[in-house]
Amino acid sequence: MTQLAVGTPGFRNRPALRRRRAKSAVLVGLLIAAVVVAVGVLAWVLVYVAIQGVGALNLGFLTQTPPGNPAAAGGGFYNGIVGSLIIVGIAALIGIPLGIGAAIYLVEYGRGRLADTIRFFNDVLIGVPTIVTGAFIYAIWVTRFGFSGFAGSLALAIVMLPLVTRTTEEMLRLVPNELREGSLALGATRSQTVMRVCIPTALPGIITGAMLAVARAMGETAPLLLTALGNDLFTEYNPAKRMSTLSLQIFDNAVTGFQEGQGRAWAGALTLIAIVLIFTFVARFFGRRVRTSNA
Amino acid sequence: MASEVSILGRLQESDPGRERPKRPSIVQVESPALSTRNVNARYGSFLALRNVSMSAPLGEITAIIGPSGCGKSTLLRSLNRINDLIPSFTLEGEVMVGDQNVYDSGVDVASLRRRVGMLFQRPAPFPMSIYDNVVYSLRLDGRQSKAVLDETVERCLQQTALWDEVKDRLKAAATGLSGGQQQRLCLARTLAAGSDIILMDEPCAALDPISTLRIEELMRELCGTVTIIIVTHNLQQAARVSDYTAFMLMGEGRAGELVELGRTDEMFADPVDKRTEDYITGRFG
Repeated sequence: MTQLAVGTPGFRNRPALRRRRAKSAVLVGLLIAAVVVAVGVLAWVLVYVAIQGVGALNLGFLTQTPPGNPAAAGGGFYNGIVGSLIIVGIAALIGIPLGIGAAIYLVEYGRGRLADTIRFFNDVLIGVPTIVTGAFIYAIWVTRFGFSGFAGSLALAIVMLPLVTRTTEEMLRLVPNELREGSLALGATRSQTVMRVCIPTALPGIITGAMLAVARAMGETAPLLLTALGNDLFTEYNPAKRMSTLSLQIFDNAVTGFQEGQGRAWAGALTLIAIVLIFTFVARFFGRRVRTSNA
Repeated sequence: MASEVSILGRLQESDPGRERPKRPSIVQVESPALSTRNVNARYGSFLALRNVSMSAPLGEITAIIGPSGCGKSTLLRSLNRINDLIPSFTLEGEVMVGDQNVYDSGVDVASLRRRVGMLFQRPAPFPMSIYDNVVYSLRLDGRQSKAVLDETVERCLQQTALWDEVKDRLKAAATGLSGGQQQRLCLARTLAAGSDIILMDEPCAALDPISTLRIEELMRELCGTVTIIIVTHNLQQAARVSDYTAFMLMGEGRAGELVELGRTDEMFADPVDKRTEDYITGRFG
């Protein structure tokens, strides 16, 4: 029997251990590199847009409509900001409740083939190119009722629906089953359990998912070309008429080739990012408030 | 109540070298708070419980013990029909609360579960305030006056020895409580629902020894006013806390069967069935 001694030498610098450490260091290095690249590109985009956009961004930009001549200086995207808010707002009112409802059905009630089929088609819908969604609304709505902000809302609602469904579904699945059983064991019905326990528990995640969908819809351009069409002559508040949005204006001004137009496009991009950021912060803030007041 | 036992226990197989038992292996009490008759439970085609007939005496604590997978939890979860949530679950036989079979078609499951409350292995307070957790079941019926709610919160938290610890932070999140406090809060929540039968599925498995003892003390204080059925892996706990003990074992085809049911002191001192003896002396399981 070998004698035990304190501080037995030999547990340092074993070749096998050195190899393991080296492997570990390489892996950590790769992960750090991946993070730096991912965050770096994001920061680059944000900073670049900010630098390019801040020059043309002023009070006039936020309160005026674009000049008739794209080469002219001045003017702004006020009508596009209004259009984006109205069109995405209506789309959110349609898409978010439907998406959350579908997710509740899938997680809390759905069983068997029907639920699996819905889930499958939902995943397919996420992957449908949005220009196809725009073409679909063009075919079934615009050909009958003409271009309108509301047609744009319909297209964006279809874009948002599967995203909201998917994220809400995942958040509801994270709600521990103990909470459901605990509620049912206290004599709650299924719907009471969903409304009083599952949704509040998952709410912060559901809000994040809904805001991602809103952000996505805010930036969508292709489906709006075929539905809302755009209108830069004056500010339109009626969603039954054709409307402009920030994304359409960014597109229109960027492709003009005139420096003034491109400046407005950059400023519009910066405005778009700012709006999405503000929405996200506000939603998070209220999501937390709702939860703690409930909590 | 314990003396009024009717002899319904099955005959002991002759076991050489053992004297004939003086008690039946399965004791049936008269007018139990809750009882099962010939219950067979299945998950799909798998038979999880075979012919289980047990009874839980009114106002006393019945412990269900047995090795893992013997159907203890299935039996417990059948009693308040929480297993109905599992789509493939089916049950034959009767589960009687008073003179009502809870599996009758006309039974309102929500009211049943209020009378027959449940405590789970992992304490799971809802992500709301302590106050809102306690009155959760009351609010299910619609708005209640603040006086009623306040009174219920104080009474139920007093009953679970939690009042002094939390009375100054009733509006704080319940998830901030310690594990033992959370479990006592869940018990308070169940009492607030008006349960007079409480099913506990290893309620102390996730708790430290001191919290465990507090729960056990509470159980002793509550028995008399409520009937408790507790599933536990901890034989000492069963011996410490229960008046009656039911011993279950996997039988043929891994189906859970009730082997022995009797007064805890008698059963631990002198088990009728050889298999019970083997289990409680630690020879298997």
